[in-house]
Amino acid sequence: MANITQDNHRLRLIVRYTVLSLIALIFIFPLIFMLVSSFKPDYQLLADTASLRAFLPVGDISLTNYEKAFERAPIFLFMFNSLLVTAVTVLLSLFFCSMAGFSFVFLNWRGKQLAFSIILATLIVPFETIAIPMLLMVSKLPWIGLEGLTWGWLNTYRVQIVPFIADGLTIFLFTQYFKDLPRELIEAARVEGSSWWQVYWRIVMPLSGPVIATAAILKFLVMYNQYLWPIMVTQQEQYRPVLVGLQYFFQLNTAWGEVMAYLTLITLPVLAFYLVLQRAFIASIASTGVKG
Amino acid sequence: MKTKIMKNILMTTGVSLLTMGAINGYAQTNLSLWYHGAGNPVEAKIIDQIVADFNSNQSDWNVILESFPQESYNDSVIAAALAGNLPDILDVDGPVMPNWAWAGYLQPLNIDQTAIADFLPGTKGYWNGKLYSLGLWDAAVAMITRKSTLTEANIRIPTLEQPWTLTEFNAALLTLKQTGKFDYPLDLGLAWKGEWFPYAFSPFLQSFGGDIVDRSTYQSAEGVLNGDAAIAFGEWWQMLFEEGFSPGNSQDAADRETGLVDGKYAIQWNGNWTALNMLKAFGDDVLFLPAPDLGNGPKIGAASWQLGVSATTPHSQGAADFIKFATQDSYMAAFSDAIGLIPPTETSAAVSQHYQEGEPMATFYELSAQQAVLRPVTPGYVVAAKVFEKALADIADGADVADTLDNAADEINNDIRRNLGYGH
Repeated sequence: MANITQDNHRLRLIVRYTVLSLIALIFIFPLIFMLVSSFKPDYQLLADTASLRAFLPVGDISLTNYEKAFERAPIFLFMFNSLLVTAVTVLLSLFFCSMAGFSFVFLNWRGKQLAFSIILATLIVPFETIAIPMLLMVSKLPWIGLEGLTWGWLNTYRVQIVPFIADGLTIFLFTQYFKDLPRELIEAARVEGSSWWQVYWRIVMPLSGPVIATAAILKFLVMYNQYLWPIMVTQQEQYRPVLVGLQYFFQLNTAWGEVMAYLTLITLPVLAFYLVLQRAFIASIASTGVKG
Repeated sequence: MKTKIMKNILMTTGVSLLTMGAINGYAQTNLSLWYHGAGNPVEAKIIDQIVADFNSNQSDWNVILESFPQESYNDSVIAAALAGNLPDILDVDGPVMPNWAWAGYLQPLNIDQTAIADFLPGTKGYWNGKLYSLGLWDAAVAMITRKSTLTEANIRIPTLEQPWTLTEFNAALLTLKQTGKFDYPLDLGLAWKGEWFPYAFSPFLQSFGGDIVDRSTYQSAEGVLNGDAAIAFGEWWQMLFEEGFSPGNSQDAADRETGLVDGKYAIQWNGNWTALNMLKAFGDDVLFLPAPDLGNGPKIGAASWQLGVSATTPHSQGAADFIKFATQDSYMAAFSDAIGLIPPTETSAAVSQHYQEGEPMATFYELSAQQAVLRPVTPGYVVAAKVFEKALADIADGADVADTLDNAADEINNDIRRNLGYGH
């Protein structure tokens, strides 16, 4: 009897892991295709698409596509630009949006509900509808820098960062998470004489690892995948991010091997970032039910 | 002592003023140039050379090049125009030029028109009777095939003087299909979306006697896009896919790239930019054939990228000087040699590697000179082109021809009305 139960358990495990492996393969196949294709010459890449060879590193394998990709576009510059813009935006966004969420949950001020509703309403406004008004605004904004007072933010890093620091989704995530934190902790800290800043910085934020990870990953993806806005506001190559750089590879005769090499390179930071934060991300999804 | 000090002050001031004068006298005014060739190292090398030569050959202007990827170039220019940030010189795709001129992005190009009289028509961008842009090359489409393919099937090889008629063309496709050697006898390239549709296929419609819009007024598509000739074209177009003569909308992009060389297709409708690869693949066996005469004469598309002067530049003469400088035979031949583009003049063709008389690709020059038809020269083209593309894709998928063309004509007419006639 015990053997039958054990066998059933083993069988269930085998079936479960087989199904999970198949699902994992479906998700990982595009990445394998991208990686494998990046080592193949175009003629072989195109010929292999009709068979399973597309997923296998067979045939004429070399690093030529990578060499040519670096000749075609300043890849490191684009990656630096994207990582800089993304990192600064993510950090600033986590800071300001968490403060907004804190304010909505723990502070009492007039119009709080209305302000929160308006912020939530912005979630249904597609970026494309506000892109042109935003462009007109940023093209006329003042800035004081090393050159003194200048007008217009086009062709800068700040024009790719500042408009995306605050966003409804990140504020919503923090607000929802903060609502579940034990009130007693906050009240105890206030009774002990902590300022609101101390409560935010010393108590609330250290308890918010999962939501910070979730918000960081979601924001990272949005910022790293920026395309329309940089096209509109960066006319100089020195400020272009990776997805605008991808367009360098689509010529009349597209070099698909180089496209795959470029995509492989620009995917690495995203994977690395996700792997670093995945535990906290999964914990956050489990606790808040938020889907990325 | 006082005199000495005064003398020193005067001398210093004098030298400073002279120096400033000298600097001003020799200082070059910067001109920004936007170009669509980012990511194309071959093209970049030539345009870099032109800019460097221009900057060192005169003392008034210093051109600063900023290259953009072609796929997002138009969006970047439109955004820059909205933000009031256009450059001094910019390149523009030929059929889009009227829209940019009408929208106030471009100003007329101040170049002596007698100096460009011998340029291919497709390289000169006119709007409302004024020259706005000038191309350093043209592009043409041909039927690319192998001599052996046609001779083995006993099919006459068409010439510029005697292209295939509609009946001959249909018969050739049927014969090639019946050989059983090919997946399809003709590859029209429906895997390529966007501008390829109006560029490559509207000449078929024009050869039937129709058009995308009535060019006498540019105020309506009625009767030309949905008239008898257009319906005849639409039925023929649909037949190509129903009879299995050509792969349809679901064509694999990889097949489009390699299908002719791999022997999947017998004939490919493709541009001169692929000609170098075809020459490499087929050698002497390659044929670049003229478009068939579908009733109203053989037609192909024309006009490629051209240089123009932005409406906002205060340095229009410097910008025009640069464009004139770039139209030297050696530069135009350099583009042709490196990328296979068609030189815009006979003299530049004569010094080019592939378009000299007797070279296989010289056919493209003659095709451009004899068969090329500009896409409708109207600001509304950018919308009409998309409507036309959708209509052709739908008809290829089996949609009712007359209804689809009627709807397309209505959509184009509505757009023209909404834009108050686009300034015609």
